[in-house]
Amino acid sequence: MTAFLEHYNYWIAIFLMMAGFYTVVARGNLVKKIVGLNIFQASVFLLYISMGKVEGGTAPILSGKPEVFSNPLPHVLILTAIVVGVATTALGLSFIVRINESYGTTEEDEIQHMDDEP
Amino acid sequence: MIAAHFPILQVVVPLMAAPFVVLFRNGTVAWFISFAVSWFALAISVALLGQVMDAGEISYAIGDWAPPWGIEYRVDKINAFVLLIVSAIAAIVATFARASVEKEIPEDKQVLFYSAFLLCLTGLLGITITGDAFNIFVFLEISSLSSYALIAMGRDRRALTAAFQYLVMGTIGATFILIGIGLIYMMTGTLNIADMAVRIEAVSTSPTTVAAAAFIFVGVGLKLALFPLHLWLPNAYTFAPSMVSAFLAATATKVSVYVMLRFMFTVFGKFFTFEFLPESPILIFLASLAILTASTVAIFQNNLKRMLAYSSVAQIGYMVFGIAMVNVSGLTAGILHLFNHALMKGGLFMALGCIAYRLGATSIEQVAGAGRRMPLTMFAFVIGGLSLIGVPLTAGFVSKWYLLLGAMEKGWWPAAVIVLVGSLLAVVYVWRVVEAAYFRPSPDGATTVEEAPLSMLIPTWVLIGANVYFGIHTDLSVSVAKQAAVQLLGLAP
Repeated sequence: MTAFLEHYNYWIAIFLMMAGFYTVVARGNLVKKIVGLNIFQASVFLLYISMGKVEGGTAPILSGKPEVFSNPLPHVLILTAIVVGVATTALGLSFIVRINESYGTTEEDEIQHMDDEP
Repeated sequence: MIAAHFPILQVVVPLMAAPFVVLFRNGTVAWFISFAVSWFALAISVALLGQVMDAGEISYAIGDWAPPWGIEYRVDKINAFVLLIVSAIAAIVATFARASVEKEIPEDKQVLFYSAFLLCLTGLLGITITGDAFNIFVFLEISSLSSYALIAMGRDRRALTAAFQYLVMGTIGATFILIGIGLIYMMTGTLNIADMAVRIEAVSTSPTTVAAAAFIFVGVGLKLALFPLHLWLPNAYTFAPSMVSAFLAATATKVSVYVMLRFMFTVFGKFFTFEFLPESPILIFLASLAILTASTVAIFQNNLKRMLAYSSVAQIGYMVFGIAMVNVSGLTAGILHLFNHALMKGGLFMALGCIAYRLGATSIEQVAGAGRRMPLTMFAFVIGGLSLIGVPLTAGFVSKWYLLLGAMEKGWWPAAVIVLVGSLLAVVYVWRVVEAAYFRPSPDGATTVEEAPLSMLIPTWVLIGANVYFGIHTDLSVSVAKQAAVQLLGLAP
């Protein structure tokens, strides 16, 4: 039980990961799929950021005094990953706009139905 | 002096060219710059392969930050070979692109199209050359995002849904790779691949490392369209513009196979991957299913692009099959098939691009009678098809030969049977096209010869010719592939 509680940050990340993944798979609306994808990616950001935390560590700013720092590298990596996530979301949403223009809907099953007809 | 900076120039030149192209707002100028940059990239990758074969591994520290702290680009035999594949296909496809893009992409979008093409090339070259695990993820996303955009430029509205589906599945795959890299970083405290390989041995029995391996292999499996994770591929290749299908089919999945090789053999090491984890039987099982089911599905496709897309899934099965044998012949076959499959699929998709240019569509009804209307294009298609089947004197035969050798060395007779059945299925789907093109009248009764323009025919024939050349002169491709296999297996050369 204590092991469970000590690693609560990972449980949060796993919960968000599964929630996002489920949304991507189960929802038929394309916008909801993108939202699920975002939650899925955000969970990985949390996983990275929380792994860099050192107990009692502060921000890694050089002050001359001997101090314990948290590892800044995962934060920097995630900055890049967030940019990638923003680009993915933007591209996904712009596809949805164009899909809506040419199909008149953003529901996956209706699009599937229209593709099967001709 | 400049030769020392080839590794970084390989990536930076196309990266810089991508925004530069947009400044001109002119499709012809944009095409010319992409064309020049692709050939320049090819020249550099040829030089890099020469350097590596003569002098061994090259390590390039970006900004002079010594690895493992700074980002390192590391070129060895295997990735120099993959760099050559990617840049050679890019150069030939860029030559082919002019007429094809003019016809298929609206004029105001052409500049952005070439810009996305250059970004995609940057990403693919970057994944291959980098020696930093997180860099792999970043370049993977650069190439993926630009390829989603490229696919969405297809004329059919289904290109949009195909690109969206690819975006969702590709992002899940890339995020899985990101999780895996994060878990390895947690265990080893490093992102440099060479450093990782050393440090991971101490923690290789930890459940975290096993979870990292699982996430990475599933993520890469999605990217390389390993059966049953291939669902995004057929639609994406079918509805993309002709030039994009040719480029992605010949390069994107190959680079993903390289990433898998890199993680399997360099990072985790063959003992962890194949003895501690039961990877080999899993991969053999999935690859066999890929070869048999995807080849069978390909037979029933009416759209030739979709047929070739399913055939790609089957061909990826052959590569994975060779890799999963974990012996020199099998691995040589896998790496060699990266090269040979790039040649045959690039050539075949370009031939379909010529057909789409003249006949407007690539369904089997449209192709009827095309053997008389477009004799050179159809003949190219037939030779490419023979290579796909693996007929002697074509490149496809050489890789299948090594695959069979590998299976024999292991004593896996059923594996040899699966490879042969896959080839027989390929005979069926290639024959359907030949039958339609040569023995059926064209739908509107036209018999006049209307070939595609020379700017499209010549690049197609260069790749098709390469299939025959590398089917006869096997020394070059086989020796590089074999040395790369020996290096990955960690054997003495």
